[in-house]
Amino acid sequence: MKSLFTSGHRGCAGCCDAMVAKFTLMAAGEDCVVISPTGCLEVMSTPYPETSWEVPWIHSLFENTGAVASGVEAALKAMGKKGDTKVIALAGDGATLDIGMRSISGAFERGDDITYVCIDNEAYMNTGVQRSGATPFDASTTTSPAGKISYGNPRPKKNMPAIMAAHGSPYIATTSLGYPKDMIKKIKKATEIEGPTYIHAHAPCTTGWGFDTSKTVEVAKLAVQTGLWPLYEMENGEVTKVRKIGKQKKPVEDYLKMQKRFKHLFKMEGAEEQLKLIQALADKNIEDFGLE
Amino acid sequence: MTVIRTLDKDKMDVAEGSYAVAHAVKVCRPNVISAYPITPQTHIVEDLSQFMADGEISNCEYINVESEFSALSALVGSAAAGARCYSATTSQGLELMHEVLFNVSGMRLPVVMTIANRAVSAPINIWNDHQDSISQRDTGWIQMYAEDLQEISDMTAQAYKVAEDKDVMMPAMTCMDGFILSHVYEPLVLLEQDLVDEYLPAYEPEFTLDPKNPLTFGAFADPTAYTEFRYLQQQAMDNALPKIEEAANEFYEIFGRYYGGLIDEYETEDADIILMAMGSLVGTIRDVVDKLRAKGVKAGLLKVRTFRPFPAEAIKNAIKDAKVVVALDKNISLGLNEGSLFTETKASLYNTKVDVPIVGRMIGHGGRDIPEKTIEDIVEEAKGIISSGINTESKYADLKEELL
Amino acid sequence: MSIQLGGVCEPGTTRVNKTGAWRTFRPVYDYDKCIKCKLCELLCPDMAVLPRDDGFFEFDYDYCKGCGICANECPKDAIEMVLEEK
Repeated sequence: MKSLFTSGHRGCAGCCDAMVAKFTLMAAGEDCVVISPTGCLEVMSTPYPETSWEVPWIHSLFENTGAVASGVEAALKAMGKKGDTKVIALAGDGATLDIGMRSISGAFERGDDITYVCIDNEAYMNTGVQRSGATPFDASTTTSPAGKISYGNPRPKKNMPAIMAAHGSPYIATTSLGYPKDMIKKIKKATEIEGPTYIHAHAPCTTGWGFDTSKTVEVAKLAVQTGLWPLYEMENGEVTKVRKIGKQKKPVEDYLKMQKRFKHLFKMEGAEEQLKLIQALADKNIEDFGLE
Repeated sequence: MTVIRTLDKDKMDVAEGSYAVAHAVKVCRPNVISAYPITPQTHIVEDLSQFMADGEISNCEYINVESEFSALSALVGSAAAGARCYSATTSQGLELMHEVLFNVSGMRLPVVMTIANRAVSAPINIWNDHQDSISQRDTGWIQMYAEDLQEISDMTAQAYKVAEDKDVMMPAMTCMDGFILSHVYEPLVLLEQDLVDEYLPAYEPEFTLDPKNPLTFGAFADPTAYTEFRYLQQQAMDNALPKIEEAANEFYEIFGRYYGGLIDEYETEDADIILMAMGSLVGTIRDVVDKLRAKGVKAGLLKVRTFRPFPAEAIKNAIKDAKVVVALDKNISLGLNEGSLFTETKASLYNTKVDVPIVGRMIGHGGRDIPEKTIEDIVEEAKGIISSGINTESKYADLKEELL
Repeated sequence: MSIQLGGVCEPGTTRVNKTGAWRTFRPVYDYDKCIKCKLCELLCPDMAVLPRDDGFFEFDYDYCKGCGICANECPKDAIEMVLEEK
């Protein structure tokens, strides 16, 4: 199957954005329009006059992806061209959870027929790994560095899927690069449901998180297997399906120790307590979503 | 040629300025309207919403966005998808759009947007001046300023005509003074649907977001090409200069109404003193010129209708034989103490053979009333410049010293 | 290059950029071990795993950046990462 996201892009070796873009287009097919904000994906895939996209694609600004998607959808409808064409926003976590929050909220509240895929690599990677609202507890980033009196980012991730569910979205799902078939299936389902649907894709970044380029999928799987990134689907506000962890369940250390952004937790005095706090976050996810 | 209206009384209505604009938008057959309410633009978007609720605009979607930033952002997507697009805003809303304004222009999307001009905060003030749109002059939008309700209504169709011209493809702001024009009722001809259909061809852009021809919009340009992108935008602005004149002339041929293209002149031919201004203030000056002419004062009016692209050549030709020129500005560049019409006119004359003394007078900021007396005092002062030269180059003409 | 209106780009044009030059390690198949599961093709972030008529795959070294995800994830260890010799 020919990929609609082509080779020659400038993503790092092992790039998570490229993988999510590829899977999104595998799910959507040719009959779609993709809207992306400023970020790694935009920069690495569209250095003028080149583009990696083989579907119509538009980048406007950093904070307006939801609105631009609404505008595309409205135009296609008004001109009688909507048909089965899917309108898909493909955006990073900073553009989604932080600076683009108003815009995505507007699009979902209006009930516009778009599918919004958030590629969550848990920091501002394009500008050099600064903290975002999606950065997890205790991760060291360039603006939440671990230091003599700091264990890194002091807050847990913003619960974006819950926020989107509160908008009355008919379909919300979390997914992970560790499970590409799960991702493709959920994105396809999202595009087939009318109204604003939201996919939150956990996407480990080799450069920003500090792991070997070959480990993108492995790290992603561990986030799921520890319970730190639960995979679930919500239909009309209710959790309808979860991916059980079962016997695969791993301690959070297995996930954390693979990444430089958490290495301070294995060196600093008193960090054992921090590891317990992170384990508690995973355990709560396991309990809340019934992952065991 | 000056303002010409062969108004057919059978066609005339009495309407509010905002309604006239909304009606004009309707007959231009937009595909997507996206706007966020803000005083004094609200009546325009309310009227458009009612048209939508009554099914009066076919093949059109109205997006009720959550901010001005999204209002214009949505139109980036819509225009790229091939839709004729409209928005309206003012003041804080326009300032919030600042980043998107550059984006629309750089992507060469011919969106048309009405600005109900209003002062900017702080202190917060809902009344008219031109600080909001003038502050956006470098964003790559065509900017035109209307004198009265008939003109802002008709200007809507002219703006689409120019913006969508294949040699231009730049967005346009049509500016009307907030409250002074937006909330006033006047007898006028609501823009005629049949004539607009004759005047304004359907929008058929060369490139659109289309799965059958999957192009990429909004790629990033590094130093090897960025300069040329900007150059091409400036070239499009240069192209717009004659296109604006053509659009006004063709409008006159079809509709029988004319207000100037880039500029308009009134009693300037033999004038010693020329006052130049934009927007509704032009109407006040027109009356003052009549009064002064009756008293034998050789005063004239230069109405600047198009501020971007800046019509330097047309302005130069209009004022070259005057003995003094006064540019009146409802805006100030803080730190320069000049209004932009003054600064730019003065700058455009430097390095030319035209050596007319020109001064700037800032006036009517934050909705301060501009009575004829203020204009007459300015003319009186200008007479002194003819005899004894410039004393103060630029200043507020209606400052209340007692508040300082 | 001549600039099109608004800077629109023709689809799939990054293929002129041969990213294979970035590579430090090159993946090499052991076809005896390969079970044609297609996982390597699915996961490749550079679309550098090409199907062959016989159901096996080959690497497109013009674009493969040598990330090693294919080798790391291969269920049969059928891909080896070999140091590039310049």
